[in-house]
Amino acid sequence: MWKFSIRRIMIMIPQVILLSIIVFMLAKMMPGDALTGLIDPNVDPNTIAEKREELGLNDPWYEQYTRWVAGVFTGDLGQSFHFKMPVSELVWQRIVNSFWLSLLTLVLTYLIAIPLGITSGRYNDSWADRLITGYTYIGFAAPLFIFALVMLWIFGFHLGWFPTGGSVKPGLTPGTFEYVMSKLYHMLLPALSMALITTVSTVQYLRSEIIDTKQKDFILTARAKGASESRVYNRHILRNSLLPIAAFFGYEITGLIGGSIFIENIFGYPGMGQLFLNSILLRDYSVVTSLVLLFGILTILGTLLSDIILSLVDPRIRIK
Amino acid sequence: METNKIDIGKEGSEIVKSPSGWRIVGREIMRDKVALFSLIFLIAIMIIVYGTSLLLDVREIVKVDLFSIHQPPSEEFLLGTDYGGRDVFGQLIIGTRNSLSIGILVTLMTGAIGIIYGLVAGYFGGTVDNIMMRILDFFQVLPFLMIVIVFVAIVPKYSILTFSLIMTAFLWMGIARLIRSKALQEKELDYVQASKTLGTSNFKIMFTQVLPNLSSLIIVTMTLNLAANIGLESGLSFLGFGFPESTPSLGTLVSYARNPQTLEFRWWVWVPASVLILVLMLSINNVGQALKRATDARQRRG
Repeated sequence: MWKFSIRRIMIMIPQVILLSIIVFMLAKMMPGDALTGLIDPNVDPNTIAEKREELGLNDPWYEQYTRWVAGVFTGDLGQSFHFKMPVSELVWQRIVNSFWLSLLTLVLTYLIAIPLGITSGRYNDSWADRLITGYTYIGFAAPLFIFALVMLWIFGFHLGWFPTGGSVKPGLTPGTFEYVMSKLYHMLLPALSMALITTVSTVQYLRSEIIDTKQKDFILTARAKGASESRVYNRHILRNSLLPIAAFFGYEITGLIGGSIFIENIFGYPGMGQLFLNSILLRDYSVVTSLVLLFGILTILGTLLSDIILSLVDPRIRIK
Repeated sequence: METNKIDIGKEGSEIVKSPSGWRIVGREIMRDKVALFSLIFLIAIMIIVYGTSLLLDVREIVKVDLFSIHQPPSEEFLLGTDYGGRDVFGQLIIGTRNSLSIGILVTLMTGAIGIIYGLVAGYFGGTVDNIMMRILDFFQVLPFLMIVIVFVAIVPKYSILTFSLIMTAFLWMGIARLIRSKALQEKELDYVQASKTLGTSNFKIMFTQVLPNLSSLIIVTMTLNLAANIGLESGLSFLGFGFPESTPSLGTLVSYARNPQTLEFRWWVWVPASVLILVLMLSINNVGQALKRATDARQRRG
């Protein structure tokens, strides 16, 4: 177990280095540099050239790269042209919002997936199973952004049950109970929309896993011993079927990253996905590169997490 | 069919050959009414869309007409007009054509790269496989959506071709991984060893002997990928990082719904396109699932 984890982490290191090089090159390819936003257009071009030399923007790329990496490690991600503030501060504000939204989405995903998966696996070929399978079939094909739009249209605009944008009602003081409730209220519709779509694969997986386990010999043994039906399901089948689901946890996180870009855009939720799209449109490239790096590292960590959990659950896949 | 029966000698006993791959596919689709309907629907959509788009004048449709902004459906405009006074129905036809074309193009390109990459990695195995898989792993942990959006934003000469190339560059890994795992199994089989002993070149074995044996898998995967790619393209166009407005895609039409007024009151702009995306993806998935059953004897229905 430890051996595998360490090996797996060793594989991760070159991935992170490669990612940082790619992000750095992307940053270099983007028009404009750290000075474009800081300097007044009236300033004499000679001064800009001097300043450029001083900041080391004319140095060979590997020197600039090592400096940039050193900056990233000390938490210096550069300045945002548009917001005129350090990128790290700007990102931090948004991370908190995105974190809570993702957490709620994950909780809802499992809250929906587990009962549906169990029902449809336990009573397979019943009408409830057919209903759930139908839902997963459509949910599998439906693109997230269309589903989210329809949810916003119905519950946000037509029925008016939920707010249609923002992350909190303006005018509330942070820390109060009302503030927290308002945050939760604003997150509920976006999180639910995303969860209803992302949960589909987990439901499908849980269903087939339960149907598979149901026919195993040890279940027959359990029944032969006289275990009650609920004990067979809760103790024997569920324990064996839930473990693989737990392993998908890390992949689920990486899936959330892509989804959050759509969801935050549609619901006007001020998180990292929205910041990313806005920064691209505003050509605020230091923010864009930092976000790509951050999301990239999160994706790598998510995959790492899943691989390690999977190796715990299923010893066969441990790479030698 | 007479080819089905082989007459063996004196006894005159008949041995029925197991049906050929295509016949199984045909039978499977005929048996699965949903898949059959989906296939007919897809073919009909393609004929309608590619046929009528020849007759439609694209310039006329995407031309902004300020006198007819946001008109509800009427006889002149079957599905009303958008914020630029452009006919939604015409855009729907053109958009479906563009979305389908790019979906097919990206699927074919990712398929070609993925098949070659996976075959080489799986067939040679060992160190080659190891190195190639580490490269693939790296591509797979990139945050796809963000990288594509960044590339779309910074590519200097942005066109439909560059868009599909960008998408391809970050989408070939899934099929490559699949082909590789199958090629790893396939190369252990006797016929590959026999060919090697006969002195057949590796290149020839890979592409004329191993590849045909994986064809059913490739067709199934590519069909399912097509649905996913259409979804991705319309998603990117929805965010504004796919097709430009002058060449509408289905996602472009849906993106007008980001204006709350349009979302709430002008259903005709975005609902038809959304429904069409959903139905297209469902039908392609249905056909793909039927193909999958046909190629996997355990799942076959008949």
